[in-house]
Amino acid sequence: MTDSNSNPAPDRSPANLRPEIDRLIAEGALVPAARLLAELWRRDPASSTASFVTSRVDGLRDRIPLSKFKLAILRSFTVEPIVPLLRAEAFAHGIDLDVHVGDFNTYVQDILDDQSSLYRFAPNAVVMAVRTDQAAPELWRNFADLSPEAAQQAASRALQSYEQSIGAFRKHSQATLIVHSLEHPSIPSLGILDDQSEAGQCGLIGHINRELRHIAQAFHGVYTLDYDALVARHGSEHWHDERKWLTARLPIAAGYLLQMAREWMRFIVPLSGRIAKVLVVDLDNTLWGGVIGEDGMNGINIGAEHPGAAYQALQRALLDLSRKGILLAVCSKNNLEDAMEAIENHPGMLLRAKHFAAWRINWTDKSQNLREIAEELNVGIDALAFLDDNPFEREQVRTALPEVTVIDLPKNPLDYASAVRNCAVFERLTLSSEDQQRTEMYAAQKQRAGAEQNFQSKEDFFRYLEQEADLEPVSGQTLARVAQLTQKTNQFNLTTRRYTEPQIAQMAKQPHWHIFSIRVRDRFGDHGLVGVAIAHDDDEAGQCEIDTFLLSCRVIGRTVETALLAHLAQSAAQRGYKRLVGWFLPTKKNAPARDFYEQHGFERKETNATGTLWALDLKSSTLRCPDWIKLKVTEEPASRETTPAK
Amino acid sequence: MTASTFEQVRDVASDIFGVPADKITADSSPETIENWDSMQHLNLVLAIEEKFGVQLDPEDIEQMKNIGAVAGLVDKLQSAAR
Repeated sequence: MTDSNSNPAPDRSPANLRPEIDRLIAEGALVPAARLLAELWRRDPASSTASFVTSRVDGLRDRIPLSKFKLAILRSFTVEPIVPLLRAEAFAHGIDLDVHVGDFNTYVQDILDDQSSLYRFAPNAVVMAVRTDQAAPELWRNFADLSPEAAQQAASRALQSYEQSIGAFRKHSQATLIVHSLEHPSIPSLGILDDQSEAGQCGLIGHINRELRHIAQAFHGVYTLDYDALVARHGSEHWHDERKWLTARLPIAAGYLLQMAREWMRFIVPLSGRIAKVLVVDLDNTLWGGVIGEDGMNGINIGAEHPGAAYQALQRALLDLSRKGILLAVCSKNNLEDAMEAIENHPGMLLRAKHFAAWRINWTDKSQNLREIAEELNVGIDALAFLDDNPFEREQVRTALPEVTVIDLPKNPLDYASAVRNCAVFERLTLSSEDQQRTEMYAAQKQRAGAEQNFQSKEDFFRYLEQEADLEPVSGQTLARVAQLTQKTNQFNLTTRRYTEPQIAQMAKQPHWHIFSIRVRDRFGDHGLVGVAIAHDDDEAGQCEIDTFLLSCRVIGRTVETALLAHLAQSAAQRGYKRLVGWFLPTKKNAPARDFYEQHGFERKETNATGTLWALDLKSSTLRCPDWIKLKVTEEPASRETTPAK
Repeated sequence: MTASTFEQVRDVASDIFGVPADKITADSSPETIENWDSMQHLNLVLAIEEKFGVQLDPEDIEQMKNIGAVAGLVDKLQSAAR
């Protein structure tokens, strides 16, 4: 440990950051100044800080790299005090936000008039922040006086107005539109009676909100913001300040203005593309409580009960991100075996190896690991977010890689999950089912590549994979897939001979032809049927010739090919042949297969314009299935008449 | 008003009005601070409420005629809350 007295850390309290920032700006050190401004905001996100930050950002905005974004706010209440908070928050996300605020309750006119200041501002996005008292005034104020029909009509009028406004907006502008949906009264006018009817005050407001969602979905780039849920999240009693509403038309209490700004940021961040695509997580005291290397499997906390439940809640939040297409990766200072044991086998874990697209479990510094993860997953450093309970690691990453979104985990693990759920960088406005599936495939694939780098030797990695392979003669069930592989496989394909299903079926009927498929599973999942070998016996030459040998690129280089070749050699030897021969026919794409025969002890026999013929002496060959692959062989049927190759 | 409350109020006002803290005294008011208009007055009120965890009534807000008065008000509300 270093002696803190001998080398005192600079005082980074928010009060001292301000003069330091002004000094840096005066010296022209703008990038460090911007970084300190962001730090100040992170540590003290208050209204007064927002004023300081935005005034300094105004001087820097054109001289440092920031994404420009123009937001117009149409409103039925005072939003001006929220604007500095919003701009400071945007700045911390690398966004230079320009805000236009419409006049009180003029949103309908602003939208209908194509010459209005709204359209002249040419916004990227428009927020329609209108409260229930303005959008459906009768329902809000006079509900008890309304007949059921009049109440229904009031709801219809509100919806009509939305539909017209949104339609007109889309006609005049291609900007994104974010519409606040309507808040319920905290106590309905008829009290508990209200909830006993679909057509009560809350029932009708809920109806407007559902229909509003439909209207939004009918247009491209129109979204709803669930304002009622936002208020509920923070508590209606805390959120509202009746005094400010009556005196300044500001309905939101001072302490919650920031939350309104952050809710808008959930839209602005994905709209301006400042999103994180990968979340890199620590393990000890982050994904579980305790240190696996010291506390062991039985000592770490992760499960449905306290104290493990907090970590399970975090893992559930991470699973939700993963379902949105955000890749998860591990970066932990740990022994690989200890960590993998916990991830794969601890009963309380919700996240398993298959959920991670990359991992670095080692003792290297984390910023280096993050760089590698970005490279491995083929994303920019700025697409990474980092989750770690250790403030030292967070600071190290922040300093070395300021582009990374470092999530400040609160001290209490019970608050971890909401810290992640509140991050705007993980918000998405659209999601295709295709995205989700691709993520799974990608994650499994990258996981293997990442795991490989953690092993001292290839052999260790192969053993770790726990591969199992089923080797079978072609059958009616596999015929289509076998033919498809001969048609599609380009890279690891020694002869690139394409066959149709009928051709394969025809070959399979011939007793001197042998067609095998191989199916592979490993600890990360089932790869399915991924390899094909076709050989035929040549009695005149006393040898067996490999006609086709191919493997899907998903499993290349993991010795499955050796297992398949060894089986061809052994079965040819059993049938009494002295040699196994095979052509390598080069194409533009099959370079990965070029050295395959040579690497397995074959000798060059003949080279012509089309390729090279290789031969293996079966008497002296030591070719065997690698012992780390558990191989199950189904023998060929004795009589080919029974081969169900139809 | 206590000295520490005054300093904290002064720092908030410095941020809100964009005036260096050492230029702000207990007598600083809308007459001496150029930016102190009605919208900035609201911002000052909100920043004070947020910082000190107090709620200002309309009557309180009317009394906020200079920085010294603001600090005195904060002290009064905080001691009443104790």
